[in-house]
Amino acid sequence: MASKFTRSNRVGWLMAGPAAFLIAAFVVLPFIFAIILSFTNQRLISPNPTEFIGLSNYEQLLGVGVLSLEPERDAAGAVLRDAEGVPSYKALRSYTRNNPEYPQFDGMREWFSFQQGDNRTYVLARDVVFMKAIVNTFIFVIVVAPVQAGLALVLALLINQRLKGINLFRAIYFMPVVVSIVVVSLLWRFIYDGSSGLLNNLLGALSFGAIPKVDWLGNPSTALGAIIAMSIWQAVGFHMVIWLSGLQTISPSLYEAAAIEGSSKWQVFRYVTWPGLRNTAVLILIVITMQAFSLFSQIDVMTGGGPLDSTQTIVFQAVERGYGKQDISGGSTISVILFVIVLSISLLQRWLTREKN
Amino acid sequence: MATIASDNRGLRLAVRYAVLILIAVIFIFPLVFMLMSSLKPDQQLLNDTGSLAAFLPVGDISLDNYSDAFKRAPVGLFIFNSVLVTGVTVLLSLLICSAAAFAFVFVDWRGRELVLTAILATLIVPFETIAIPLLLIASKLPWLGLDGLTFGWLNSYQVQIVPFIADGLTIFLFVQYFKDLPGELIEAARVEGASWGQVYRRIVMPLAGPVLATAAILKFLVMYNQYLWPLMVVQEEGYRPVMVGLQYFFQLNRAWGEIMAYLSMITLPVLAFYLFLQRAFIASIASTGVKG
Repeated sequence: MASKFTRSNRVGWLMAGPAAFLIAAFVVLPFIFAIILSFTNQRLISPNPTEFIGLSNYEQLLGVGVLSLEPERDAAGAVLRDAEGVPSYKALRSYTRNNPEYPQFDGMREWFSFQQGDNRTYVLARDVVFMKAIVNTFIFVIVVAPVQAGLALVLALLINQRLKGINLFRAIYFMPVVVSIVVVSLLWRFIYDGSSGLLNNLLGALSFGAIPKVDWLGNPSTALGAIIAMSIWQAVGFHMVIWLSGLQTISPSLYEAAAIEGSSKWQVFRYVTWPGLRNTAVLILIVITMQAFSLFSQIDVMTGGGPLDSTQTIVFQAVERGYGKQDISGGSTISVILFVIVLSISLLQRWLTREKN
Repeated sequence: MATIASDNRGLRLAVRYAVLILIAVIFIFPLVFMLMSSLKPDQQLLNDTGSLAAFLPVGDISLDNYSDAFKRAPVGLFIFNSVLVTGVTVLLSLLICSAAAFAFVFVDWRGRELVLTAILATLIVPFETIAIPLLLIASKLPWLGLDGLTFGWLNSYQVQIVPFIADGLTIFLFVQYFKDLPGELIEAARVEGASWGQVYRRIVMPLAGPVLATAAILKFLVMYNQYLWPLMVVQEEGYRPVMVGLQYFFQLNRAWGEIMAYLSMITLPVLAFYLFLQRAFIASIASTGVKG
């Protein structure tokens, strides 16, 4: 007869084995693959064998350079200027195309530039679209994380009142969470439409026609903001519920004590409610940040990354390469970059919000 | 004095409700718009966006858009695919994740701590970061089916189901719940000679109602609303789920009324389900946060 210990071993592996195997096969393995593939030129279907190409994929995506140009001068050394007095420079192309003196800039394009006196400084990137995708994703996270967490807390405090019918309101506020983001994105295309959109009509009616119509998703300066607003609308109910469960763990006796001391509403929030929500706050911040970095469906349904790449995001780029162009190694490299960003930010958040003794 | 005080209270109550109602309108209007528009012909639908009629069942109301949507795309097939994929994944997930959590909490076996830690560590890996290499893996995996041994899972049901059966969050939820069950109960049953399988089936699972509901609801929402993954791995119509089936309505001559009808059809069952089980839905989201 087998001893109790070996029997437990067998039972343990038998019961946990299937889950452990599935997670190893479909989470851990692809994760390791992503790292390995990012150093290769693997494609989904390719006649050529896969080769290791070192850091080339990362170089292609993240390569940046700074080039400061002095204005062109005439024979006497005076700065050449055009009719409006703007100094003229040698064409950027002459540095980034086959210039043996500047091999590091070869193939790069202008990301943005700025003027310093008569000098013009260009920031060049090997992949300008990916740089925009990183910046857009960070803007999205930096706006969405605090705003969504804050609004969710306000809603949770509103819903935590003792009022008749409050459960109905809670149910309604939570409703967009159960609706697919794909469906929500399509509906909001009607809201943001440039000609007959609901938002334009509402703003027009409220201002008696003073506010001009805006093509919210077709305009590079409003598209990302429009997607941010919609994303918050869709997900805020989710975090409202998490705040609410945090609120309900705070002991009522603390509130009674505060009432006896005659504390103001703000004091109650500041010294009773908020300290009681500490752990919830950390959790919510980390969860929203992780979700926000994964921004994809909204972009795919609403803008396809446009207009003028103003809504490109990291995941959208990963899919466009890995799936759209079947460039598995490029898509994997973006995935690894995304993971490194998400991991560093959640570690940073944990460190910033650690318990201080 | 007394009347002023009570008037004040009445006013404050009215203001509170006004705020609550205003916020409710913000959350509900796109869904009302969807439903009402699905009943209108295209021209009227677009004209109505200029007034409150957009949110009212007025004008030329009919179910024509719904029947037209069925003519345009195999809507029934898409719904069947989604229900099948979601249902099978939820059931298998409950079974496999609860069994694993049972082993982690109650059974003593070598490697238990290590495996559990590794599984929980996967919680920080967003699906989006593994989707692309997973696509490569899925395109090469073997499958023993009715046609014998085949390679490549693209365009199949299993490619939409198998990768999502086991996940860190579901196992975490079960582990947390099982830890709070009275351990003496399980010990007593073991002493009396019950096998581990019997303890799992007869003692632990009958007590696991709340966590089963939580895990099922979360998995249901994730699976039914899948978009990125089926978009990449299912090109054939036969296996398409509802969210990807939406593409049919954006091909030639876009008809907004039909789109609204399709959106209503794929959304209303979920909303009805949600409103019916509202407390369980909200409790399930809340439980992801309590222990965090």
